[in-house]
Amino acid sequence: MEARRAWPKEGITRIPYWIYSDPEIYAREQERVFCGPSWSYVALEAELPKPGDFKRTFIGEKPVVVVRDNDGSVNVVENRCAHRGVQFCQTHLGNASEFMCPYHQWTYDLKGNLIGVPFRRGVKKQGGMPADFDPKNHGLRKLSVARRNGVIFASFASDLQPLDEYFGPSMLALYDRVFDGRELALLGYSRQLIPANWKLMFENIKDPYHASLLHVFLVSFGLFRADQPSKIEMDSTGRHGALISWRGEQKKTDDNVDMKSLIDNFRLSDPDLLDPVREFAQYTVVMTTLWPNLIIQQQSNTLAMRQLITRGPDAFELAWTFFGYADDDETMTRRRLRQANLMGPAGFVSIDDSEVMKFSQAGVAAYPESAGVMEMGGRDWKDEPHMVTESVIRAFYDYYRQVMQI
Amino acid sequence: MSAGELRLALEELYADYAACLDEERFEDWPAFFTDPCLYKIVPRENFERGLPLATWLCESKGYLADRVTAIRKTAVYAPRYMRRMVSGIRVLGWSGTVLEVRASYLALETLQDELTRVFNTGQYRDKLVVEDGKLKFREKLCIFDSLLVPNSLIYPL
Repeated sequence: MEARRAWPKEGITRIPYWIYSDPEIYAREQERVFCGPSWSYVALEAELPKPGDFKRTFIGEKPVVVVRDNDGSVNVVENRCAHRGVQFCQTHLGNASEFMCPYHQWTYDLKGNLIGVPFRRGVKKQGGMPADFDPKNHGLRKLSVARRNGVIFASFASDLQPLDEYFGPSMLALYDRVFDGRELALLGYSRQLIPANWKLMFENIKDPYHASLLHVFLVSFGLFRADQPSKIEMDSTGRHGALISWRGEQKKTDDNVDMKSLIDNFRLSDPDLLDPVREFAQYTVVMTTLWPNLIIQQQSNTLAMRQLITRGPDAFELAWTFFGYADDDETMTRRRLRQANLMGPAGFVSIDDSEVMKFSQAGVAAYPESAGVMEMGGRDWKDEPHMVTESVIRAFYDYYRQVMQI
Repeated sequence: MSAGELRLALEELYADYAACLDEERFEDWPAFFTDPCLYKIVPRENFERGLPLATWLCESKGYLADRVTAIRKTAVYAPRYMRRMVSGIRVLGWSGTVLEVRASYLALETLQDELTRVFNTGQYRDKLVVEDGKLKFREKLCIFDSLLVPNSLIYPL
């Protein structure tokens, strides 16, 4: 691979296009990124309120089950029977007192311990497992689990940083802003299959440069402008990042004459659609990307986890979990649901992104020998008090290259 | 209206509705609804679990018109054709002046360089009223089975 594929000598200001389509790179990502020492988002506690409640999900492309144990703790196990590899759990959400694989009825408790093997002692003294077969050695593989203020993360690695250190102080502060310990309320799901490499999704949310150009809706209705107060923040490794903005004055200035898409005097026919109220301190919008599979969306009052599930080098599932707080009144819940129109597979804003990611994949996959230019805002990466930069993407690839050793 | 006349009126309404969207006469689409109204496209998993999130939510003709503005003026998307098949129209009955109707729908999407695919399928759960002598949707729910949306949902169902 190294001989055939070399990262351009310019470093992180160039993104070689083979990283978006090469099956060897994809396989290496599964191993190093998703099964490496990283905390992957798997669920909200609010999805599993009662003992036995479970959620079927994925880390990278590997199926896992997240389950609430009888003592209130949360276990994450591989969704793969220890016997012959069957993906035994087939429903998104449910409740179970134990998990039974349908193929040969091997049965596991909520911790993943093997508690039943039919015909283990044989039938009429014939067959059966060897006398020294010990169920203790054949449970489901258990993952490491970390929880913080209503969110559950898991890892295939056993030796890794505690979650707060993994986030780093600046990302932790942004995280705790939304997940402040209040009980969360589940509002619902959206799922879309985006025909693009998973990294293009991270690039998109780490790219404030496009927001005022691609998203005519945001710009036209005054939800985001390149000239509004904003900043970017990253952790010390560059793997996590956040795009932060807050409301400014809405007028056409010399600074935004470059925004060809700006349509003045645009008004919504029904202004109820966007009726934001100030809910969180300081910022209106914070989009946080947490390595390796999570985007936390706080766009005014619409809150969502966007989980990336890889489906080969050229596709990923984007699983959206919209939520509010258990103490939201009816007005606030309605507001969140209305503003959810901005996001998801039919989002006024996110439609542009899913479509453009497909266009990106169509370009980069056809030209693996070429490379993208990433020089907006400089050639290094650091926090900036503005959004006219690709710094957060450069930071991501700086870390990515270390993890991937490419 | 006799049962036969009602059946004919509904067949015509659903055919007109599908044709309006298939022919991309989106500006005419809000006229199929009352004001206020409720138009929602909802993943079946949310509907069945009682989760309130819709993939697409409109609560008035104004909302519908804003969606049309987005389709025409703000959204960036690849060219496509969409064709909607409506079948199995069932009248559940009147409650007062509101007629409850259900039907199955199938939306086929054709993108450039790709074969036509099933984009979305599900059930319409509709509530209609007579307004100015015409049947109008007071409520139209599109409860879809196709949980994993193929990329983007741009046009109404």
